[in-house]
Amino acid sequence: MTSPLLSARDLGVDFGLPGGRTARAVDGVNLDVAPGEIVALAGESGCGKTTLARTLLGLERATRGSVSFGDEPLRYSTKALKAYRRKVQLILQDPTGALNPRHTIYDAVAEGLRIHGLVDDETERVADALARAGLRPAEKFFLSYPHELSGGQRQRAVIAGALVLDPSIIIADEPVASLDASVRGEILALLLRLREEMDLGALVITHDLGLAWSIADRIAIMYLGRIVEQGPVEQVLTEPRHPYTRALVSVLPDSPLPKPIVLSGELPDAAKIPGGCRFRPRCQEYASGRASAVSDQCEREDLEVLSADASRHRVACHLHRIERRAAA
Amino acid sequence: MTAHRPSADGGPDRDPSAEQAPAAGPGTAPTGRVTTGFGRYLLKHLSGAAVSLLLVLFSSFFIFRLIAGDPIDQLTRERPVTPEQREAMRAELGLDQPLWNQFLDYITGTLTGDLGTSLQYRQPISELVLERLPATLLLSGTGVVLAVLLGFWIGTRAGWKQGSRFDRSHVAAGLLLYSAPTFWLGMIVILVFARYLGLFPVNGMRSASTPDGLLSQALDIGHHMVLPVLTYTAVVYAGYLMVMRSSILDEIGADYLTTARAKGLRDDAVRRRHAVPNALLPTITMVFLAIGNIVNGAIITETVFSWPGLGSLFVSSIFYPDRPMLQALFVLFSSSTIIAVLCAEILYWFIDPRIRKS
Repeated sequence: MTSPLLSARDLGVDFGLPGGRTARAVDGVNLDVAPGEIVALAGESGCGKTTLARTLLGLERATRGSVSFGDEPLRYSTKALKAYRRKVQLILQDPTGALNPRHTIYDAVAEGLRIHGLVDDETERVADALARAGLRPAEKFFLSYPHELSGGQRQRAVIAGALVLDPSIIIADEPVASLDASVRGEILALLLRLREEMDLGALVITHDLGLAWSIADRIAIMYLGRIVEQGPVEQVLTEPRHPYTRALVSVLPDSPLPKPIVLSGELPDAAKIPGGCRFRPRCQEYASGRASAVSDQCEREDLEVLSADASRHRVACHLHRIERRAAA
Repeated sequence: MTAHRPSADGGPDRDPSAEQAPAAGPGTAPTGRVTTGFGRYLLKHLSGAAVSLLLVLFSSFFIFRLIAGDPIDQLTRERPVTPEQREAMRAELGLDQPLWNQFLDYITGTLTGDLGTSLQYRQPISELVLERLPATLLLSGTGVVLAVLLGFWIGTRAGWKQGSRFDRSHVAAGLLLYSAPTFWLGMIVILVFARYLGLFPVNGMRSASTPDGLLSQALDIGHHMVLPVLTYTAVVYAGYLMVMRSSILDEIGADYLTTARAKGLRDDAVRRRHAVPNALLPTITMVFLAIGNIVNGAIITETVFSWPGLGSLFVSSIFYPDRPMLQALFVLFSSSTIIAVLCAEILYWFIDPRIRKS
């Protein structure tokens, strides 16, 4: 694996809430994306994955830690951000909302070029991006408006708008969640093909582990602002170790685990992160007493933030740590 | 887990995921179909407007016959007349005809531009209206343009930074003025700027002493316009402010704004290029309504400032009561609104691509 291109180190993002409280939407994250690598970021709604994505894009400022791109820390001056945004592109969940309804597909795709002053052979670049995104013949789509296209075609138009700037990394927030099942596979195949052809790296945010399994090289499982388990996607999903990941995997149709684990309770408020292990109030191992040997640590000791080491399978769990030590 | 991973190495030449353009090709739709679509759309709205105009014609004829009393009583208010004289006047005004004939005369007259004769001025109504129209267009037209520009400008910025000090102070100030009665605000304005400060004339549209030259006449009218325009604009601009603000708030969470930002567009350019054009769409009807109302928009302002326009003509006709004049002004005011709304609907066809779809 080549050295990471986009990386987050000890990243934290706080939001002020009314009443002077602070929500820690992202609370210590190390994450790397290498060129040509597809990383999935999975977790429940509200776990901070979208905030993490927005922070990686520079749309949100990090409260703690840093984002860096190609060894250069991200600076938030207008000029630096603009240059950064040529390299890292965003694809949103709902292509209908992501396209300005009054702009033609041509204008939507050409917008990035115009922002960055790449005005020479604009038409060719737009046609090329549309073709790479699978809208062919590209010229037929130039004067269409978003409402004239199908959902899948719209998402392709959004992807073309990202590709036209020749980015190195795409951050896709639930890229297929709003599409029909029949179109999903096509869009995912498109992302894989772009990786092959352009060495495009991608961070794909999803709540769907099946999707992560289909396209990702690595996966990071996020819970309440922190990554609790990460590693190569085959390892994490076939041998899930963190109780939270095990619960998520156990309810999949082809689960390697014997029976479904249903988590109790709701995701806690990011303004009131539980002390000790943040997953403890919902942890099935803690509740069943299997973790009694480490229950003291579970209650008092916060786990260290996982390092971004790309090749290894890492887990933030007190129980897992002593079991591994016992096995060794 | 046994799910299959789709292979990424299908070969660059074989691309199973490529989307083919539909045969009918969006954007290259045959022009014949588009015009038919527009024809049908235009016909639908034209016929709607025609029905509304007919209803206005009918109702103005009957409403003012019910509420404005007998014109002969009003004409003979201050002098004794014999029943024979009354009958003679009735015949002269055509009121001895059966109602059905009067109605036909009224309809054919209105459609051919003959609006009848004013009771209070004894002049053709169309002459009186044309004489007063420029003054009204000047005052309300200027006021509406200023109010729309000011309201939209402030509303855009207030909505964009919702909850900011700019937002809160402008919404409060706008609503305060909006809720002030026009006649009261007008009197305050006259008191302060005309009486105490003596900066502007108290009322009217021109001074008798002004020399005849075009420039000096224009300056004189401009000088007289300041206070009524100020009053009118101050009262109505908050309406445009609030509509534009809420329209911006409807757009502000839209994903296409995030997309544009993520592509590197600066915040003010995101507002200008993406948010404002889309937020303006729902306000077009309101702007055209305002344009339609320019004809009758400033009745109270004209009265307070004795502005010689249609508004003060309308008020004096109510007090007379001048039935034919009221009837004619009612038709004029209503039809200008109907036509303005029709124009807005037609404009939507051209600026909102989504309408063309249906």
